[in-house]
Amino acid sequence: MSVLHIVNKSPYERHSLDTCLRLAKPDSAILLIEDGIYAVQQNSATSSKMQQALSNHPVYALQPDLEARGVNPDNMIDGISLVDYDGFVKLTTEYDRLQSWL
Amino acid sequence: MKFAILVNEGPYTHQASDSAYHFTEALLRAGHEIVRVFFYHDGVNNGTRLSVPPQDDRNISERWSALAQQHDVELILCVAAAQRRGLLDDDEAKRAGKDSNNIAEGFQISGLGQLIDAGIQADRLIAFGD
Repeated sequence: MSVLHIVNKSPYERHSLDTCLRLAKPDSAILLIEDGIYAVQQNSATSSKMQQALSNHPVYALQPDLEARGVNPDNMIDGISLVDYDGFVKLTTEYDRLQSWL
Repeated sequence: MKFAILVNEGPYTHQASDSAYHFTEALLRAGHEIVRVFFYHDGVNNGTRLSVPPQDDRNISERWSALAQQHDVELILCVAAAQRRGLLDDDEAKRAGKDSNNIAEGFQISGLGQLIDAGIQADRLIAFGD
């Protein structure tokens, strides 16, 4: 059963991304929204963790939330894909279960 | 596909209410069916009709009401969460001896069973919160 894990908190604020990455099965994907966006940045305290995650899972980030935070897409870790809300909806249909890490 | 949406956070707090709204709009754009939007915990504050945000800001409860009206989306406030936070419809106001209701157009008060039912009916349940 495939799962889309949705993380909405900054990795510098809460441990939800860590917990998610520890428990996510290999056939599941990670979607970063809201303050979860801050995990996309290269050369950051969390970038090696995210690079590791990318070798096991597809990782997506919600573009409007990235733009709202002024995070430059050029500064994103390679391999993370941007989606808009329509892409977000499409992802939720492609995975069997949706797990929001609130 | 059938979707159920759970909103656990109030308006103008972090971003959950906005995210849930934009996601719901995108669902409708894609032609999906929305079984129900269930507002729980502080999420019930989305259903007030007395919110008066500045004119250049979004009006979150009016925006939900408009969505309900235009697309026949069911908006449910959890009764226990709503009573605690002073969100009352006519019946609840009368029962509690209060002088007014304050529920926005398109919202209804119902029980937690409606969340379980939405989860059973829908192909996907998505939660937005803090």
